[in-house]
This record gives sequence, C-alpha cells and structure tokens, in this order.
Amino acid sequence: MSKKHIVVDPITRIEGHLRIEAVIDENNTIVDAYSASTMFRGIETILQGRDPRDCGLLAMRICGVCTGTHYQRSIEAVEDAFDITIPKNARIVRNLIQGSLYVHDHLVHFYHLHALDFVDVVSALSADPAKTAAEARKWAGVAGVNPYTDGQGEFKEIQDRVAKFVKQGRLGIFGNGYWGNKHYKLTPEQNLIGVAHYLKALDIQRDLAKMQAIFGGKNPHPQSIVVGGVTCVQDIENPARIALFKQLLSDGTRFVKEAYLPDVYMAGTMYADEATDSKATFSELMEGKGVGGTGGGLLNYMSYGDFRLDDTGFYKSALLFPSGIVYGGDISKVQDVDPQKIAEDVTHAWYEGSKPLHPYDGQTIPKYTGLDKRSDGIAYLKTNEKYSWIKSPIYNDTRVEVGPLARMIVGVARKDERITKYVMNFLKRGNLPVSVLFSTVGRTAARAVETELMADMLVEWADELAANAAAGDLRTWTEFDFDKVSVKTKGMGLAEAPRGALGHWVKIADGKVANYQAVVPSTWNAGPRDYKGRMGAYEASLIGTKVADPQQPLEIIRTIHSFDPCIACAVHVLDTKGKELGVYKIDTQCSV
Amino acid sequence: MPDRIEGVKKLFTSRSARVETNKGESYYNDLFERCQTRLRELRVSQPANDRLDFSEVLSNNGVDRRDFMKWVSATTAMLMLPPMFSPLVAEAAELMNRAPVIWLELQDCAGNSEALLRSDGPKIDEIVLDIISLEFHETLQAAAGFQAEKQLEDAIKTFKGKYLLFVEGSVPMGMNGQYGTIGAGAETFYDHLMRVSKDAAAVVAVGACATFGGIPAAAPNPTQAVGVMDVVKGKPLINIPACPANPANMVGVVIHYILTGQLPELDSLLRPKFAFGYRIHDNCERRAHFDAGEYVEEWGDEGAKNNFCLYKMGCKGPMTFNNCSIIRYNEAVNWPIGVGRGCIGCSEPDFWDKYAYERPMANAKIKAPAGGVEKSVDEFGLGLLTAAGIGIGIHAIASAIGGKKEDGGAE
Repeated sequence: MSKKHIVVDPITRIEGHLRIEAVIDENNTIVDAYSASTMFRGIETILQGRDPRDCGLLAMRICGVCTGTHYQRSIEAVEDAFDITIPKNARIVRNLIQGSLYVHDHLVHFYHLHALDFVDVVSALSADPAKTAAEARKWAGVAGVNPYTDGQGEFKEIQDRVAKFVKQGRLGIFGNGYWGNKHYKLTPEQNLIGVAHYLKALDIQRDLAKMQAIFGGKNPHPQSIVVGGVTCVQDIENPARIALFKQLLSDGTRFVKEAYLPDVYMAGTMYADEATDSKATFSELMEGKGVGGTGGGLLNYMSYGDFRLDDTGFYKSALLFPSGIVYGGDISKVQDVDPQKIAEDVTHAWYEGSKPLHPYDGQTIPKYTGLDKRSDGIAYLKTNEKYSWIKSPIYNDTRVEVGPLARMIVGVARKDERITKYVMNFLKRGNLPVSVLFSTVGRTAARAVETELMADMLVEWADELAANAAAGDLRTWTEFDFDKVSVKTKGMGLAEAPRGALGHWVKIADGKVANYQAVVPSTWNAGPRDYKGRMGAYEASLIGTKVADPQQPLEIIRTIHSFDPCIACAVHVLDTKGKELGVYKIDTQCSV
Repeated sequence: MPDRIEGVKKLFTSRSARVETNKGESYYNDLFERCQTRLRELRVSQPANDRLDFSEVLSNNGVDRRDFMKWVSATTAMLMLPPMFSPLVAEAAELMNRAPVIWLELQDCAGNSEALLRSDGPKIDEIVLDIISLEFHETLQAAAGFQAEKQLEDAIKTFKGKYLLFVEGSVPMGMNGQYGTIGAGAETFYDHLMRVSKDAAAVVAVGACATFGGIPAAAPNPTQAVGVMDVVKGKPLINIPACPANPANMVGVVIHYILTGQLPELDSLLRPKFAFGYRIHDNCERRAHFDAGEYVEEWGDEGAKNNFCLYKMGCKGPMTFNNCSIIRYNEAVNWPIGVGRGCIGCSEPDFWDKYAYERPMANAKIKAPAGGVEKSVDEFGLGLLTAAGIGIGIHAIASAIGGKKEDGGAE
C-alpha cells in the first residue's frame, strides 16, 4: 500500500497559525490526519497576578476576530466569582454587542474565509450575465425572497471588474488558488454570483461592524463592558443611537436573507452529493456505521448555551441557545452539560503534564519538542509524540465538536421551538435531509441558519432596550465591594462564541488573579490526539475524504474552514502540574 | 459620509489641533516640488499590478468627484499638510496601485487585519481589488500551504526593493524563536520576518504587538516577545501602534509614501507625527468637563449619565498620543471615550503594564513590568505625567491624589 503524506501550512483564511498533515491512500482517500497549531503567546500566564477587573481587556486580545467574546466571558467569570447580577440594560447591551458579532463574523466567515473553497473565481469569467441573473432569482426563490443582486447589468459590471483584474496576470490575494480543481462544482453563473456577493459582503461587513461599535466604542476590540455592567450610558439613552443600530441591522439582514441564505442553498445543493456521502465519513471508516456525509467527523456535539433572555442571573436564566450534549449524531437524545466533567489533556500538546485536568487546576508549562527536520525542506510533525500548541479538551472522557452546528443540533434535540423552526424551515426549503447537517456543508449551513435567527433576535433586543430606557431605567452597573468579594473566590464564564463553546475560569485570591484558564472553541475542535489516541474534531472530519488532486488539497481546507478556525485563541490553553511526562504508546494507525 | 469628512477636516485644521505643523513656506514649497517630481516619475512607471486607476475605480463605483475631493482634503489635513497639497494627495491616491503590499502575521490576533477590513477611505474592496496590490495576506488570500508559500516567494522576487511590508503581531525571541513557526519547513517567525523584510522598500509595523510587543510582551512576557523595530535594522521602519491600529492611519502612511517616496516624519518611537503628534486629551469631547473638574466617580453614576470626564475612572487620554479622539473608529461611529470607558493608552509602549486598568492611577494595583518588585503605579504613572511635560497641570494630579484619599475607604 503506498501512502502519501500531505502537509498544508499555512492554512490561510483563518485566524491564527494552523498546520494540517494528512495521509492519503492509493485511492487518494484521507486515512489519517493531524491538526497542529504553530504559535504560542501565553496569555493566561500574563493574566496571573493582575487585578481581576482588568482581565476582560487583556483576555479580549486572545482574538481580534471573535472580538468582544473573550472580553465578555472573562468579565462574566469575574462576575460569577463575585456573585454579581448585572442590570437589565447591561444584559441587553451585551446581547446586542455579542449578537452583532455573530451576524458580522458569520458573514465574513462565509464570504471571505470560506466561499473560495466552493467558488471558482476564474470560472466566473465565462459566465453569461443574463443567465446569472436568472440563476440568482432561482436560488432566492428557494429561500422565498427577492434576490439581492439580480440585474444582468450589475453582474456584467462585476464580471468586467474581475476580468480586468484577472487578465492583468497578477491576482493579488486571489493568486495561486486552486482554480480549475475538479472538486469545484458550481457552474460559471453560480460562481459569478459567489464572486459578486464576496465583493458586496466586503462592504456590508463594514456596516455590520458599526453595530458593535455603537455600544462597544469600536470594532475590533470594543471597550464598554466592565465588571458589574456596561459603561455606554449615553448610547443607551439616546434613541438616535438605537435607531442607527436598527438601520444598520436592517440593511445587513436584507443581505443575510437575500444573498447569504440563497448562496448557501446554492452551494448546499451543488455539493449535496458530498454532504450525503455516508461512505466517506469518519464513522464509516472507524465503526462501519456511515452516519452523515463528507467532513462530518466526531458526531458528538456540545453547546454551553448563551444569550440570557431574563435577569435571573448566571446559569439560571432562560437562554436563546440551550445547553446540552448530543452523542453520535442521535438527536433523539440530549444530555445536560456538567462543567465538572470538562478536562484538558496534553499528551500530544507541547506542554508538560501527565493526566487530564479540570481548567480550575491548570498551569502553563511549555515543553516544546519540535518537528522532525527532513532534508527536502519539509519538517514533519512528530505525531507519535507532541505536535501542537493546542491542548486536547475532553468532556466526560469523550471528544466533542462545538460551534454553530452543535448549537443548532442541541437546540433541535432540546426541541427548542425557535431553533427547530429555523433549522427545519431551512431543510424543507432546500429539500435537504436532516443527515446533511452532519457534514462540512451542514456545518456551513448551520452557521447561515444561525445568522438569520440572530439578525431577527437583534431587532427584538434593540426594541427591548429602547423600551426599557424610555421607561426611565438607566441603570447600567451593579455596585459591589471589591475588597470584600475578591478575598478568595472563583468563577467561570461559560457560554458561546460564534465558533462554539467558550469557557473562562478564574481563581481569585487577595484581590488578584491566582489562576486563569480559557478553553476555547477551536481548542475543542482543533486539539490533537488525546491520551487515548482519540482524534479531535478537525482530524476526525478529514477522515474518509477523497482528495481530487493531492497537489491542490482543496477538500482539506474546505472542511477545515467549515469550522471557522480561530487558532490564536486556542493556543494558550493550559493545565497540568509540573510532573514528569508519562510515556504513552499511541496507536497512530487507528484510522486504517 | 460627507458630514463626517467635513467634521474631520474642521478638527484637523482647528487651532487647537495644530501641533507644530507649520514648518514655514519655503519648507512646504520645497516639499511640494519634490512630491510633484515623485508623482511624475510614478505616473510613467508601470503600475505594480497593472490595474485600474483610482479615479476610474471611483467612477465605476459611482463615487462622485466631489466626495472624493472632500476625502482628499480631510486626508491632506490628517497628514498635516497645507491645503495646497490636496491636488497632490488626490494624485497619490490615484497612483496607489504602484505600491505592492505584503502583509505578514506573526504573534497576532488578526485584530489589525480586521481593522483593515473596516477601512472606509478607501474601502476595503477597492483596496483589495483595485488600488494596492495586496500580494500576500494570510487571513484574506485564496492560496494555502505550498501555493501560499510560492505566492510569497513570487511577490518578493517580482517586487524586490519595491514592496511595503506590513507586519502584524510580535516576534517571539524565546526558545530560539520556536514559539512561532510558519510553512512546511517550520520557519520561525523571526526568520520569516528577516527574510521578507530584507527586500522591502519599507517596513510598516501595525498594531500594539508589532510595534512595541503588545500583549504577548506584557509581564512576564512568557515568549520573550518583541516588536518589529527590535529585530529589523537598516530599513526604513514606521510604527502605527494601537490595539488595533486605526485603518485611516494605515492608509495615510501609504498615501504619504506614494506622495513623497518616503515615510512621514516620525517621533522618537517611530510613530508618524501626523497621527501621534498630539494627545487623546487635547481633542477629547469630554475635555471641557475635565477643565471644569467634573468627573465620573463610579460606573453608572450621575457623572456617567452626564458624560463627564473619565480621568478618575482611569482614562489615560492625557498620557496617550493618538488621533482617535478626532478620527474615531468605524467611520466615526464611536470611540472608547464616547462609549463611557476611559482610554487604555494602547498606542503607548508597555501599556498593558502601565495603563490598561480602570481605576485612577493612585490606587491601581497592577503588575509592574518586567516582573520586578511591584511598584505602586503612582510612582511611574505620575513620573510619566511629568516626564511627558503635559499641560494638565496640578489640577489633575491633585485629583488623582484626592481620589486616592477618598477611595481609601469603601469602594
């Protein structure tokens, strides 16, 4: 059996630095895969010893893409430790800041970080603009809306603009893409729609980011959240600010409904054969079960739940996204998440440690063992040993996937009315089976469904805020006695980021941070093998995928991008006490 | 956003905003001639990407000449050039396609890339497709892996000595640089930066991390992270700090480079004076409350509801050199002080260890830099106040000390 080893580094169009190594068999099917992050900063170490009230600003810099998410989680961990319930205005403002991020971030992800895995820019040049307009109407029809861009003239103009760009020979950021690869499945007309919306979305996202800036001060890296509440009093009490928010939202929502969703229907339908190919899955190759489609992976989905809908305080209030865990893609059952069962393992991560530990008990002790240097200029990961700066989170001794797909699946399994309605509506309109969700395409579709849901929720919340302020409630902060509450305590901020379950854990002693841990979505998904040799979500999702051309691993980046990797976030996650590393014999051939 | 453009122009040309900008007639006449010559030379040279002229782009996008000229006059003012330079700035904008750009990401969070995406003058789709020739940018480019590495190689060769190198993120120097590697060969960030900067025309460090080390370099600096200027030597180098850097300042630097063939005038920290020549405090919208002694004393109090000065809540506007009180963020929709939160000093070196906290300097128990004996922030905080020689005077210091006494009891 001859096998080939593919190295993809850098994985571009993501946040951070990621490397994927994959092994393909003689049929070009991926039989083994390794996910590694190649950058470390040590932010938890930096947080130790600081004033807990300052953690939010620092922790936010974990990521500039899902910006504001770590900020909020960090502040909430401290509020949980201090047992503070924030005022209604603060809760709604935080939902608005976070909800704006979801809409913005998902849109940017789909068009600018993911679409080029489905859309062949060069092919768009041979499209017929008249047919393109008809095609756009068709997919908008599937979504039940008018198309965002439907004029033949408009498509012609965009095509000319791109044609000029391409013919000059230097493609800039579009240079050296996998154009012409036979695993691109859209027609030239469909590709032109994709390119047109890619460009339009660059414009739309600037406006969507302003929504976060209205209540956050700026984007990226907003600044209005403090322990106990928020600071943006004048933006809450001024109806013009809320009106501007709603105006920007309304324009953005139109794009989401009239471009984003139709485009996902289009891609979903054209790539449906892959999404339903149960032979090309991790579960088929590992267990002979064949659940879901290409890129499905682990099939265990976890959501912490997020977006508080009332003011009863942490872990008591009703949530927009319910928490829960679904195993094996079986949506007929759902279990509660128990934060005690979260642990992190470092057997294959560049840290010292000997057993999985709960985040409250962690430390960061880098133990870098490098890569194997080869003479041909390629350094391979030492996959039998340690090979990533990302740790391997484990829930109840199982590997799980997190993210929009997990949120939607847990929502449906919880029989949440709102989520079920949006998900089922999407599947029905697209004439897609439920099983299509357990795939690369499904992951991308779930994100689009969530974007629409969130855009609709934001209108309600903006109105709720306006009504509350109009009724004379301008409370934005809950007072607390720092010297008293910060003597010895601990807390956690457990909720969702756009990319999935995000937890910050803080221990506080004598008014200072005694220990700090963040276990982030991309850690759950991008982590390397664990102490039992089990794969993480990225690795598992690649197994079974057929690569059309090993020189152009389009299928690998498509599946990895479907997770919306955010790697800088993932690499400062730590645990373990400084003991000698145990020697483990890892079976790396588990997939063949 | 013509209203906003007018506002920016007014602010930049107002008397209070003028920080030693007037260098005299002969200086400007000289510069004007040099710029003219430079632009003439550029015009006959081949565009880097052979793409459209900016003017054509503008007309394609339905932006009329008048709006463009308003943007030009605001940008001219932002660059601290007299109005007579406006036609040259317009021409420079039209010739921006002569500047190929390579953008590297090291120990970063992609915040500056995201900020670039929010650019409004010119807009990002224009930048990417029509204006500059963005040859390599990990977060945006289509190619991955081997093809991405080749794209970079190719750009370095084709534009040898001509490209502007933008760098986002700090450089980890600990453990022989192995806290960050990139590419199939696992090249360290340090080697990567040195290789790509070698043939750059100039290096532009964007954001707090690339300039002064930023958050990875905050105490105790686990990876021994440093800024670009600490390792790249013998190259024209400019710092555009802040977290994230304001895209208006990124565009301003490129325009200035096109216009003059040189980097703009820099301060001792290599920051362009046009953007970092004055303090947040100088043009703060809450300044009148500072002068009147009206402060927010606690989050959500009456002072907060009345938009009083945030100095006692830890605002570092008086110590921070940046133009965000004028150009703000996200097309001037807001900025941190607008949202009722003090400035955290993010365009200053070591701000995580000196400034980034929400209490008055007097009682901020923050970690001292370099992991040494913990000093009260008062010591270096007030020291800096004096050292900077800033004119907030006794009033502010008295307030800070007053705050310490008042806050000595219960919070």
